[in-house]
Amino acid sequence: MSDLTIKSLRKSYDALEILKGIDLEIKDKEFVVFVGPSGCGKSTLLRTIAGLETATSGNIIMDENDITDAQPAKRDLAMVFQSYALYPHMSVRENMSFALKLAGIGKAEIDKKVEDAAAILKLDPLLDRKPKALSGGQRQRVAIGRAIVRKPKIFLFDEPLSNLDAALRVNMRLELSRLHQELQATMLYVTHDQVEAMTLADKVVILNDGRIEQVGSPLELYERPNNMFVAGFMGMPKMNFLDAVVLTVANDKVTLQLLSGSLISLARSGLKVTEGTVLTVGIRPEHTVLSKVDSGLIPARIEISEQLGSESFVYVKTSANETMTVRVDGEHPVQSSGTNISLSVDSNKCHLFDGNGIAI
Amino acid sequence: MISLKNKEFVNTVIIGVLSWLVALLIFFPILWMFLTSFKTEIDAFATPPSLFFTPTLENYTLINERSDYWHFAWNSVVTSLGSTFIGMLIAIPAAYSMAFFETKRTKSTLLWMLSTKMLPAVGVLVPIYLLFKDFGLLDTKTGLIIIFTLVNLPIMVWMSYTYFKEIPKEILEAGRMDGANVVQEIFKILLPMSKGGLAATVLLSLIFSWNEAFWSLNLTAFEAAPLSALVASYSSPEGLFWAKLSAVSTLACAPILIFGWLCQKQLVRGLSFGAVK
Repeated sequence: MSDLTIKSLRKSYDALEILKGIDLEIKDKEFVVFVGPSGCGKSTLLRTIAGLETATSGNIIMDENDITDAQPAKRDLAMVFQSYALYPHMSVRENMSFALKLAGIGKAEIDKKVEDAAAILKLDPLLDRKPKALSGGQRQRVAIGRAIVRKPKIFLFDEPLSNLDAALRVNMRLELSRLHQELQATMLYVTHDQVEAMTLADKVVILNDGRIEQVGSPLELYERPNNMFVAGFMGMPKMNFLDAVVLTVANDKVTLQLLSGSLISLARSGLKVTEGTVLTVGIRPEHTVLSKVDSGLIPARIEISEQLGSESFVYVKTSANETMTVRVDGEHPVQSSGTNISLSVDSNKCHLFDGNGIAI
Repeated sequence: MISLKNKEFVNTVIIGVLSWLVALLIFFPILWMFLTSFKTEIDAFATPPSLFFTPTLENYTLINERSDYWHFAWNSVVTSLGSTFIGMLIAIPAAYSMAFFETKRTKSTLLWMLSTKMLPAVGVLVPIYLLFKDFGLLDTKTGLIIIFTLVNLPIMVWMSYTYFKEIPKEILEAGRMDGANVVQEIFKILLPMSKGGLAATVLLSLIFSWNEAFWSLNLTAFEAAPLSALVASYSSPEGLFWAKLSAVSTLACAPILIFGWLCQKQLVRGLSFGAVK
């Protein structure tokens, strides 16, 4: 259990730079999730921390020891791979005790540790099976068990749930949460699934194109995204973005005109914008309300509705031909495609982004 | 109209007959050699060949009197095992690094290694002979082991590489995270996982070394001469020798043939690598 500090970490493959200077502090017992689109460098970051990739420059410091160039074996980290990466020629018990054997621990102690871990993960009846004879979920639990027995300083997870089916994924997610509480361990977790990020993390690190876009608790990122990338990445469905022009700026209020011609006033003070500045208004589907024609702010027409039972997502086209998504309660009757409606937004929940996509 | 089931049956029969024909065609020379070894020299020389003859063991007794079979057999065993052992010792680490730490030049290095097999051996006979002479390796088992290793190494590296390539990199990485050093990684994870393929590589190397004739004939006289050299010594420019030659060939082939037959499961997997996955 340890602190981890990453200082201007870079990683390149020949001319291709994958990590473009990562600075990050991870505290003891934190559950940190690296999330981002494919190719953003999240897996490379994790593998560099693991020591499976060598850093091009920068430092990785664990408990005041610089481990940037240490062998993976010397770092005292355990990793759970997406493909499970179990040793196929060993039984579950042998898989879990492999690291302990290499460390030269006595047989009695190994047996005890393996059985403890097996009990936590409910693997007891499977200990003598080979990985071939296990289901996907069981294999994943063995992979986690293999990490647990070692009591490593930090657990690393590389998209551990991606190969499981949807129902199992939810189960394992809960199990991981429980495990984190039980073990009180520092965990680093890579995923492209924002639901996993939101539900598991104490701290989410959003990566894009080799850089950190924002670090914060899940709700912080949801409520106060730094920029349009984070705003669009966190939240399902994605945040709606509408172009707008500043009409008037007062001390504590700014009035904008949307492309559809509608005016919207937001309570903001200290905004450094002038009249005529082009901005982007961000508004989440859950903060947008459908109402009858002419009763709301933005005139629109329903294109497609997706009814999920507990909620429905309605995709609409505004009069300015912008696509927006609206989340409505599942009990709310959904009107058919082509129906003209209008949209209202909760102006307190609107986000503003400048021309560079930075939140203001 | 033939039903689907009948059609399948007919197909099976055709494929079966064809396979037997091809197998017989390939096996026929060995069968003929085996039969000839029990003929008298006159029967062996007869045209048209005599299919029915009274078998005799005189060729075998004669060979036993004239030359020391076990001397040559021992040389074959030592050189085959020795070169295979040293070859694997080099091939495994080489294939490991090429399979798991690939660089831009890995593919071309592999091709270059294999291309040495395309060079006619006789092309390098003189330099190798001179080197062997200078280093005192002529007619020594050490010399044969060295040359067999060099000759078989490209194929051994190539085969091991192919088997290692089938192993997911993550499993070795998991081993590294678990604290395994390179030696432990190779011996505790890599080798157990690829033992089927490596067994095939070992078998093939044994067979190739056992059957090797060109270098054996040119670099040995008696002291280190393996069975292939013994076989050659029974061909002579005059007189009748077909039956004796067949007998000595049978004796030379028998051990490796029986060995190969016992291990045919590994061999089939080894020789069809890449084809079945």
